Amino acid sequence: METKAVRFGKKLVTTREFLAEGHNFCTGCGEALAIRLAMKALGENVVMAMATGCDEVCTTPLPYTSWRVPWLHTLFENTAAEISGVEAGLKILVKKGRMPERDIIFVAMGGDGATSDIGVQALSGAFERGHDFIYICLDNEAYMNTGIQRSSATPYGASTTTAPAGKFSIGQITRKKNMVAIAAAHGIPYVATACPSYRFDLMKKVKKGAELKGPAYVHILSPCPTGWRYSSNLTIEMGQLAVQTGIFPLYEIENGRYRLNADPPELKTVGEYLKLQGRYRHLTDEQIGSIQEMVNEDYAKLKEKVAAFPM
Amino acid sequence: MSRRVALEASHAAAEAAKMADVDVISAYPITPQTHIPERLAEMVADGELSAAYIPVESEHSAMSACLGAAAVGARTFTATAGQGLELMHEVVYVASSMRYPVVMTVCNRALSAPLSVWGDHSDAMAVRDIGWIQVFCQNNQEAFDLTLWAFRVGEDPEVLLPVMVHLDGFTLSHVIEPVILPEQSEVDSFLPRFQYPFALNPDKPMTHGAFGPPEIYSETKLAQEVAFRNSKGIIVQGWKEFGDIFGRYYHPVEEYETENAETLLLTMGSFTETAKIVIDERRDKGEAIGLVSLRLWRPFPFEEFRQAVKGAKILIVFDRCISFGMGGPVFSEVRSALYDEEPRPRVVGIIGGLGGRDMSEEDFEYVINRGKEIAEKGSEKMIETVGIR
Repeated sequence: METKAVRFGKKLVTTREFLAEGHNFCTGCGEALAIRLAMKALGENVVMAMATGCDEVCTTPLPYTSWRVPWLHTLFENTAAEISGVEAGLKILVKKGRMPERDIIFVAMGGDGATSDIGVQALSGAFERGHDFIYICLDNEAYMNTGIQRSSATPYGASTTTAPAGKFSIGQITRKKNMVAIAAAHGIPYVATACPSYRFDLMKKVKKGAELKGPAYVHILSPCPTGWRYSSNLTIEMGQLAVQTGIFPLYEIENGRYRLNADPPELKTVGEYLKLQGRYRHLTDEQIGSIQEMVNEDYAKLKEKVAAFPM
Repeated sequence: MSRRVALEASHAAAEAAKMADVDVISAYPITPQTHIPERLAEMVADGELSAAYIPVESEHSAMSACLGAAAVGARTFTATAGQGLELMHEVVYVASSMRYPVVMTVCNRALSAPLSVWGDHSDAMAVRDIGWIQVFCQNNQEAFDLTLWAFRVGEDPEVLLPVMVHLDGFTLSHVIEPVILPEQSEVDSFLPRFQYPFALNPDKPMTHGAFGPPEIYSETKLAQEVAFRNSKGIIVQGWKEFGDIFGRYYHPVEEYETENAETLLLTMGSFTETAKIVIDERRDKGEAIGLVSLRLWRPFPFEEFRQAVKGAKILIVFDRCISFGMGGPVFSEVRSALYDEEPRPRVVGIIGGLGGRDMSEEDFEYVINRGKEIAEKGSEKMIETVGIR
């Protein structure tokens, strides 16, 4: 039963689909939903650059394309550099009078691998140069398209094919790289986390980031039934649990000031989330306990920041 | 009024980019190319050139930003050398495969290891196969002329391919020579405005860079090769138009004193001018010797080259690079290009000038003498070199 707010909210969202039907994403793909929602928030006046990954591979098998907007893909690690060229190119053509002035949103999208690993240099450069663009990271927490290999966004204790759980390993032995903090450290005007389970929040953030001048970074948790190993009908619930356990808090950092979008009075225990996913099935109760402590610690640190630098 | 100015080849290339009214410059500094991005940055900062200057954080990003700029229809220019060209290697392959007409000056520099900032052709030879139109400059005038010409050819709607202009690091990039700079109006009559037919724009959404499953990849590569080979027509036409307006005519293969030559020396780049002095002296002494130089390297000028060496008995190829395990790369290609010719000269190869080691007139005397010796008696050596201890 939809709430009135949801019913009303849906009327504000375009029914147009900029990601066309007939793509190749897995059933229940959180990333596909995230992209679809983001595109509705962005509209048609965009030029988009996309990294190699699930997003690109599932949408453009030559000679087909799922994109109803201008779209560019070249390589894996250079999306931010590519969009820098697009942005600078279009702006100078307008400045030189070769093109009429118009509002175009420059969008770059990439997975966690493209963003926090191989592409972090290019992204840092684009942030530092202050290009007018929004970078959306679709984080499914591993290199999913090539077969679930680990990335720096893979959470502690998750099993992937290149950091598998085994007799002598818990799987990922490092903690998730805080790409949101890295983006914020560049001093860019807008940074946010989002999740397709909270669709209006996601769309609002994408729209906000797209509309303001300068670089914006939106980090979207994209639950992946294939890689996280859960039943494909649970994607929305998975995203909700990630937020409700404090594992993936929803917050914004605007010019260095923090806003926590959802702060439940009591967080759910991480076990409720971890136990639904095959990538964590090897964890003992003790290990889950350690993860609970880590999450508590990180959440507390975030709340400190929110208290110290409120919006 | 065209004017005669003293310029380094770097500055000559930058001047050409400026007169071409480039829209986007995306470059990362690397010795010995640095004077190019520096000069362009200066021009933009002073309002001499209206362009977006993107000070990227690496060469990989430099070429990537060029792709983005070209994709939206901006006239795009960059420059690099040695390690920088290697770092952007995968991206340069994408530029040609996606038919983006970027123009790039490469100040040829030796590849590491050991680290060398000095000139040789190993960086150029590492990108033989990547599908860019490639030319080699002999002097600073060519650095200017060929950069300007590069925009005309690369951006031609029947070509739409990126163009690499090679010039020797330090020997040309940092040496001042007189360069004739044309009038802006002459440049404007030579170089039409860039109208990229597939520019990304919300008015006409397009997908650039879909992935190619096995069912289609081969066809895209064949199409690319056909387009690349066919660019020869516009390459030559572009040079004709250039000559008609600016008075300097260029050809895919330069022939120097080749009439009735029994022996021919083949060189590329700035050492050609040193070699020419030796050719002159030996001609004066009555030797039937000449020189050919490949100005156009890719697409390989098979026709012009075979014609140029027809009638020679010996062809001595001087390489400024070792292709490890194989020998001189130009030597290998040239021999292959002549394999089916009947008659064909005896082709021998000698390597030198690596990592900035200079080639003197004496060195070229050695090359010619040794080359003739090898042609007659063969060689016992694993590899023939000049000036290497």
